[in-house]
Amino acid sequence: MSEAAEIAKSSSAPLQWEYASSTEATDILELESRYGLFIDGEFVKPKSRRYFETINPATEEPIAEVAEAGAADVDAAVAAARKAHTEVWGPMPGSERAKHIFRIARMIQERSRELAVLETIDGGKPIKEARDVDLPLVAAHFFYYAGWADKLDYAFPGIRPESLGVAGQVIPWNFPMMMLAWKVAPALAAGNTVVLKPAETTPLTALLLGQIAAEAGLPPGVLNVVTGAGETGAAVVAHDDIDKVAFTGSTAVGKMIQAQLQGTKKKLTLELGGKAAHIIFEDAPLDQAIEGVINGIFFNQGHVCCAGSRLLVQENIHDRFVDKLKKRLSTLRVGDPLDKNTDVGAINSRAQLNKITELVEAGRSEGAEMYQPECALPERGFFFRPTLFTNVAQSHRIAQEEIFGPVLSILSFRTPEEAVEKANNTPYGLSAGVWTSKGSRILWMADQLKAGVVWANTYNKFDPASPFGGYKESGFGREGGRHGLLPYMKWSEG
Amino acid sequence: MTLASQRSSILPDRITTPTLRTFLRSVPSVDDVGAEERVASLSTRSIKRESKMDALNLIIRMIDLTTLEGQDTAGKVAQMSAKAIRPDPLDAEIPSTAAVCVYPNMVKYAVQATEGTTVKVASVATYFPSGLADTDLKVEETSRVVTEGADEVDMVIDRGAFLSGEYFKVFDEIRRVKDACGDAHLKVILETGELGNLDNVRRASMLAMAAGGDFIKTSTGKIQPAATLPVTLIMLEAIRDFYEATGVMVGMKPAGGIRTSKDAIKYLVVLNETLGTEWMTPDWFRFGASSLLNDVLMQIRWLKTGRYWSSDYFTKD
Repeated sequence: MSEAAEIAKSSSAPLQWEYASSTEATDILELESRYGLFIDGEFVKPKSRRYFETINPATEEPIAEVAEAGAADVDAAVAAARKAHTEVWGPMPGSERAKHIFRIARMIQERSRELAVLETIDGGKPIKEARDVDLPLVAAHFFYYAGWADKLDYAFPGIRPESLGVAGQVIPWNFPMMMLAWKVAPALAAGNTVVLKPAETTPLTALLLGQIAAEAGLPPGVLNVVTGAGETGAAVVAHDDIDKVAFTGSTAVGKMIQAQLQGTKKKLTLELGGKAAHIIFEDAPLDQAIEGVINGIFFNQGHVCCAGSRLLVQENIHDRFVDKLKKRLSTLRVGDPLDKNTDVGAINSRAQLNKITELVEAGRSEGAEMYQPECALPERGFFFRPTLFTNVAQSHRIAQEEIFGPVLSILSFRTPEEAVEKANNTPYGLSAGVWTSKGSRILWMADQLKAGVVWANTYNKFDPASPFGGYKESGFGREGGRHGLLPYMKWSEG
Repeated sequence: MTLASQRSSILPDRITTPTLRTFLRSVPSVDDVGAEERVASLSTRSIKRESKMDALNLIIRMIDLTTLEGQDTAGKVAQMSAKAIRPDPLDAEIPSTAAVCVYPNMVKYAVQATEGTTVKVASVATYFPSGLADTDLKVEETSRVVTEGADEVDMVIDRGAFLSGEYFKVFDEIRRVKDACGDAHLKVILETGELGNLDNVRRASMLAMAAGGDFIKTSTGKIQPAATLPVTLIMLEAIRDFYEATGVMVGMKPAGGIRTSKDAIKYLVVLNETLGTEWMTPDWFRFGASSLLNDVLMQIRWLKTGRYWSSDYFTKD
């Protein structure tokens, strides 16, 4: 073989292109080894004297110790919030409150890299998402509600709004900062003070936000962060001097809270679970629909209350679509959440991993067909392969229960009516997705689907100006937009 | 089964404009917003160190170094060919580009200048860039450039015919030009900047592949916008669908407007994650570009020496 021919031959060998790992640096973080509670504008030791560890779910290494607030600590936080509401925050003109909230929004933007890295380390979500989705939305939410603070008199014509007082807010671990923003920003804008209880597996960014609020000059007591597990949350919810409870989390806990608040004057909003139907019609833009489905169920490892976890595909494209989906699954990059090229990160906790594993086992034993791509998982940490189930029946547990993990159940349908019937046949009603090229069908479907949000030819799109919330067992009350102010107000006519 | 019959296996038995219309309507529609989101998300891939070096070398090997100016001369073509063969006089490890791409009248000079090297000669043909001529003339021009030694022919489709629905005319012209190519590879330029939307890009891609194109190519470089990432994504998806339906691999060539290594790497990411490793070779992917080459050379020099070199250190041919 001539030299030239040899070169020509070698030149045609395809390149096996592995992206070298590109790990986000963590030296930007200055973490304490132990965190107190953020009460009345400063970090204090817990009266309970108890601490718990928060770990990095991708490595199982401890990150820091965090105070576990007991009843006395919650008392102190509520008292601080009450005092701040009566003396400072309540009487303060809206335009002044706006300045404070704008300042926090700007500081979140300035420190967004730091917050994104911490969100990833504490919660396991890919840095790509924390950086490009979570933090920009968090800042946007604070900016948006800061803008409302001095316009409340004009928000609802004919109504003169007043703040409620002290809001007790309990948020989940799937979007720690974003759920904080959804709750804290409207509460503060409407003139309330806050006692916030972040999830026990992801308390750190909320504590960092406490720090930011103090640096921003937010008056002491306006925002208080009490860390702890279920007991702490229950103490916040049950506290006599709380005027308003906002909870995001599981439907089971939401029902308990609602029962507990019966007969009290406390206002309540609940944002609970979901089992969203993602509906693909034969005339859908298929490749974009594939991306939408991937984004719908594997975004944040499927730890999303509005995840599109039930895929309904029109039967004449079912096989082709599932085929495409399987191929696309094999290109998902599962692994170190801090690697900027990771698409699917770590499961938030061992408990959640066990729950996912248990439900997937149930799916297999009930006769659904499982598919997982070949992909290496890290040896340590909590990881789960992206998973598809075909041949799923409505009566299978994996079609009924919220898995809250990277697991998609696929069913087929023949007519739009059947799609609607299957989509609505669930106790939940948080969100739904529809993919079709036919505009009239989108409108008809949106009208028929019993879901708080219906996305058309896209999925998981959020904007602070757009209200979000559920039907049925997915909860009540809306967060986001003008509607998001209402749960934090009382009003008199005129 | 021959390649040609494999290709036409997705077509109706009788090929006429109405049957082709039905065929093209079966091509999945495209949602522009979704396509743009997909490439935006792929564009955040972080490519570091050795994988970057691999990519940069591959990009050079994929370049069709191009000059398509009215003022081109034999001398200009010879100089560009020298650059294609040995892109960096100071660094012998740098590979040659895939090909040089020139106007029909320049083919003989390019053939002379690249003789005995791995660099192929590609000629635009079929009354590039407008393609507004009789099919017979286009076929004749194609035969001429192939006779003069072109290894590859870059033809343009009749956009007017495509947009007005004369699908058979477009199909038949590609088929006849392909016949005239003989052993030469045929790249079919869709001129996506004139097709109006991504649905048309996808349909034109399928038509060009079914008619015999060995490659599909975005643009002439004479119309804005030329190559873009969303257009390239949609064409790659069409190539994947075509491969799955017929078993025939077709190549892809984005051309025009790709000037930086950073941009070119984004194209490779989209290629890698849409079609996979098999296509990661100059046999199946090309860049139609001129100024891109020097930017890649500068990046390689930076990776090797740890510092940026002035553009004065790189030859401009």
